[in-house]
Amino acid sequence: MAKPRVLVLAGYGINCDDETAFAFRMAGADADIVHINDLIENRSMIDRYQVFSFPGGFSYGDDTGSGKALANRIKNNLMDELRRFIERDTLMLGICNGFQVMINIGIIPAIRGFTGEAEAALEHNRTFRYQCRWVDLAVENKSPSVFTRGIRLLHIPVAHGEGNFFAPGEDLSLIEKSGLVTMRYVKPGGAPARGEFPYNPNGSMNDVASVCDRTGRIMGMMPHPERGMFFTQRDDWTCIKERLVREGKDIPERADGFTIFTNAVKYFG
Amino acid sequence: MAVARYRIEVFHRFRDPRREVTRKKLTGLGFNVRDVHISDNYLVSVDLDGHQAEAVARLLVQPVIQEYLVNRPYTPEGFAYAVEIGYLPGVTDNVAHTVRESIEDLLKINLDIEKSVFSSTTYFFSGDLAPDEIEQIGMELHNPLIQRMKVLSYGAYLLESGMGMEIPVVSIHERPNADPVALDLPADELMRIAKEGIPDPDGTRRGPLALDMLSMNAIHDYFLGTEKRNPTDIELESIAQTWSEHCKHTIFAAEMDGDIPGGIFKTYIREATVRIRREKGEKDFCVSVFEDNSGGIEFDENYIISDKVETHNSPSALDPFGGAITGIVGVNRDAIGFGMAAKPVANRYGFCFADPFDRNPLYKSRDQGSRMLSPRRIMEGVVHGVNAGGNTSGIPTPQGFLCFDERYKGKPLVFVGTVGLLPKLVNGMPACSKRAMPGDNIVVIGGRVGRDGIHGATFSSEALSSGSPATAVQIGDPITQKKLSDAIVKEARDRGMYHSITDNGAGGLSCSVAEMARECGGFEVDLDRVPLKYPGLSPWQIWLSESQERMTVAVPDDRLDDFIGLMSRRGVEASVIGRFTGGKRGIVRHGGKSIFDLDMTFLHDGLPRKKISTAYRKKTEPSPAFPEPADMNKVFIDMILRLNIASFEFVSTQYDHEVQANSVIKPLQGRGRVNGNATVIRPVLDSWRGVVLSQGLYPSYSDIDPYRMAACSIDTAIRNALSVGGNLDKMAILDNFCWCDSTNPERLGQLREAARGCYDYALAYGTPFISGKDSMFNDFRGYDENFNEVMISIPPTLLVSSIGVVDDIRKCQTIDFKFPGDLVYCIGVTGDETGGSEYLAYAGEGISGRKFTAGEVPGVAADEFVRSYRALKRAFEQGIISSSISIERGGLGVALAKSAMAGMLGVSADLAAIQADTERDDVILFSESQGRLLLSVSPDNRDEFERLFSSVPIGLLGRVEKSPVIKIRGRKGKAVVKTKLDSVVKAYKGVFKDF
Repeated sequence: MAKPRVLVLAGYGINCDDETAFAFRMAGADADIVHINDLIENRSMIDRYQVFSFPGGFSYGDDTGSGKALANRIKNNLMDELRRFIERDTLMLGICNGFQVMINIGIIPAIRGFTGEAEAALEHNRTFRYQCRWVDLAVENKSPSVFTRGIRLLHIPVAHGEGNFFAPGEDLSLIEKSGLVTMRYVKPGGAPARGEFPYNPNGSMNDVASVCDRTGRIMGMMPHPERGMFFTQRDDWTCIKERLVREGKDIPERADGFTIFTNAVKYFG
Repeated sequence: MAVARYRIEVFHRFRDPRREVTRKKLTGLGFNVRDVHISDNYLVSVDLDGHQAEAVARLLVQPVIQEYLVNRPYTPEGFAYAVEIGYLPGVTDNVAHTVRESIEDLLKINLDIEKSVFSSTTYFFSGDLAPDEIEQIGMELHNPLIQRMKVLSYGAYLLESGMGMEIPVVSIHERPNADPVALDLPADELMRIAKEGIPDPDGTRRGPLALDMLSMNAIHDYFLGTEKRNPTDIELESIAQTWSEHCKHTIFAAEMDGDIPGGIFKTYIREATVRIRREKGEKDFCVSVFEDNSGGIEFDENYIISDKVETHNSPSALDPFGGAITGIVGVNRDAIGFGMAAKPVANRYGFCFADPFDRNPLYKSRDQGSRMLSPRRIMEGVVHGVNAGGNTSGIPTPQGFLCFDERYKGKPLVFVGTVGLLPKLVNGMPACSKRAMPGDNIVVIGGRVGRDGIHGATFSSEALSSGSPATAVQIGDPITQKKLSDAIVKEARDRGMYHSITDNGAGGLSCSVAEMARECGGFEVDLDRVPLKYPGLSPWQIWLSESQERMTVAVPDDRLDDFIGLMSRRGVEASVIGRFTGGKRGIVRHGGKSIFDLDMTFLHDGLPRKKISTAYRKKTEPSPAFPEPADMNKVFIDMILRLNIASFEFVSTQYDHEVQANSVIKPLQGRGRVNGNATVIRPVLDSWRGVVLSQGLYPSYSDIDPYRMAACSIDTAIRNALSVGGNLDKMAILDNFCWCDSTNPERLGQLREAARGCYDYALAYGTPFISGKDSMFNDFRGYDENFNEVMISIPPTLLVSSIGVVDDIRKCQTIDFKFPGDLVYCIGVTGDETGGSEYLAYAGEGISGRKFTAGEVPGVAADEFVRSYRALKRAFEQGIISSSISIERGGLGVALAKSAMAGMLGVSADLAAIQADTERDDVILFSESQGRLLLSVSPDNRDEFERLFSSVPIGLLGRVEKSPVIKIRGRKGKAVVKTKLDSVVKAYKGVFKDF
């Protein structure tokens, strides 16, 4: 199987580039961290990649609203390249601030196509407080997302101040009907969070944690799968380990988030 | 007054979550606010046409949820008053900088960095509000030291068509020259220069040089004797910076009492490290101690781990948000400036505050207008500042603490630290042996220079009083620094583009250039080449400015183009300002003229050593006598409710501790999410090694017994780290002394005792000090709520931070009880030594309305404790510990409660099993005796566990219960505590629930 090549975007306050690249590499991809200025200077380099990743971070310090300034930068400089990129059989993954950027450039949910206009928003958390905590997520059955194939539930962390998903009424039902919601916040075990804090950590409408486009090849998510790729990253690993030891079972090395990256690699297998 | 061309106002179409938060905050403070609307405003002072202005406005809205107006005021229905908050001229406006960059990118133009865009926020209040109330609301929303406020009633807002177009452009007209300062003056005039500053022609003074007479005489003799001339202002200011308490640690260096000629730093702190390293021999893991911006120890065969803890107390008292964010972003540069540049991999924090529920005001002078910020605002601002600095920089902030004492009311303590990761070899060269070479270019990278932080270093060497300079207040810009950090750590370093690098912190260029020049000899700088935020700065201000987010780099000629090119492609401003030389002099030019020409030896070593005398008498007041409380259930809950014990989850969850994916043992532990005492990170994702971080401090012990205070702080810092799986053989410590009134011989006597304790116990545990810092004047002089004069001195505070290497993170453990039926052990002996404890503070407040502050402070029997710690290590290696918590503030009772709450399980315990030298149940429950841990163990591992601990005092206290109840049987067989876990949790999490 040829290793897919992943472009992990960096610069201007993106800060999860190292660990996102690490996760893709561990899953079997070749990942390059590319500074946005280098990409703008050498636009055609995007053609060499199969996966484009917008990592988490604080691009431009979240000034004027999270993801907005970096989205402007992309809109001003890279729209044609991105269009060309997604027209190929490629994948795109945005995590946290990367999701915020993708929402702002309108590349997801893109119910009216990739117009460059935002169709939804990630507003300030209802607590108006940055929340770094582990959450439970359920994958939507009917979602076409490539990244969530074979996953039912995930336990991975969120860390954001603006993750409160909002879409105007009709658009929201269109997003829902089209199956573009890929993950929702749930209670441990899978019962719906129904907006209840801290299960839904930010007040997102319909507990939406992640959306994709109609092809399922482009997905954005607020939670961080790369922070939940190892067993020892879990918030409850010492407790689970204790149970497994007493049951005489093996202790895993991987955790739920890793599958998001292996799914991406498998897509090209 | 400058005005903008366009004013763009952005507001929410639907519901702005900030509205409700602001309303709740204000109604909580007693204001009758019915509703709040908010607009974010951008004043654009750029020559654009109408279409361009619309295009710019579209950049600034999220069109799904927001709308904008250009040059038309947003007018929500039915508001009574509008309050606009913007920055004062010259204050860092990060939002405006981003908007300027976006406009430049959109229109492909270049704009003036400081004069093009300004941001502000307008609040529209409805409700029945009187004019003076609206002024008070405004005071809650802004800080006049850094921000400006404009208030308009509804009518006036309509009449004036909104808030107007004024922009806060800096307009200063300093003398663009270096002035000579006459030193052939009488002694009292010389001293006035030292105390109040160099006189300006108009008779005003520039702010304290904070030099003593001894130093002024040395300067006088150097110039009039050796140089045969008067100094220029820039020379004098520069010497004052370099010699400041903040930079030279004059008290720690001073000859003390005749019997410590080398001073306490050399004799106690550094000497402990020297001896430990010698004794460890081959096993010495120190790489760089006390020399560089951080201290460094070996992580594994490939990496070094660095650590540094700083304080930012005085600025945080004046502007808590700005002080704290500048502090955390500043200490990040101590990692980036360590060796050839370490990558910051974790932040630490520690805040000492007054009771945030205390509403009695303090004043700086005898007028209402000089009111200090309330403890609550200081707390909220500081907590938020580290949030903004740490999160935005992408550095996890796992480890920290809150500590409360009424004596932090005049000056809070804000500790901030950064751990760094550095490859041992950079380009095949040892990464810690950096050296600027003669001929290297002096390159400054990062932010531009403004008047920020002038006199910061000298200011923090003085007590906070009404003369404290406002220019000491700055706001950090984490994104500018993140760009710089990435460009250096991820690219320039490994491509060998520079010979040396250091931080521009206190003293700005004057200190960083002079420090680096020690590596080669001298320097020549041309101040005209330093990039400025705005014109009009005097040369001495350029040289001393502490404008943030800057580093100084020594770049050889043959790499200069590469280096400058790389920085430019990464959006980092880089300017060559001069050269390092092999000479012995530092030379600064301005406008083609030499204005500074000093012998480097005098600058660095000319400071006369102080001689100080101390007076210390150990307090021998007996422990206050009071009967054992009848209702121990109440006492148990009351202890959990103490500010020093309650959950600070609200801080832990707002600090991103998962970024970089390196989190292993987290700040909140167990299903019940209880604050643990130590955290572990895994900085290299393909290695199983980890780094354990913790700390210990007992400021409440200082006035009783500073020697034992230091001993307890060291033991606790170490034991906390061991309790999650640390290794005593690979552990180092850092010292931060925050003292008060340090010209007072008694305070200095306490300092001497504490330093002696540091020496003895660092040695006893074999844990070297690798870095340290001191802040000696944490006093407030001002007025209380009745305008009576007060001086509030902090309790002498020694923070000991521990850092250690964990061989296998998979063996680490958390504090939560895991399974019903597990056995609960207490390791160590519980003594009748409650002096300075949280329990005596509580008991005293209940009985006499004041904390009891006498009695015996816990002793530290290091040799005995080490036996426990070795046994603990073996038990960890065998994986037979199911939960582990070190017994800290609040004693055994609090540890039991925390492990139970974290595991969401009950516990039954029998105090008869405790090895104790008292029969009082309250003392056993709440004594803070050191060397103790609370562990739980599966019954299957009982024999092995007891075998490992056979030579150590342990007590099988009880067992973990499924039923969520804490049951404690007393020494005489009586049930003394029986409380539902729910009520304990409610108390624990309730204290800060509104924060």
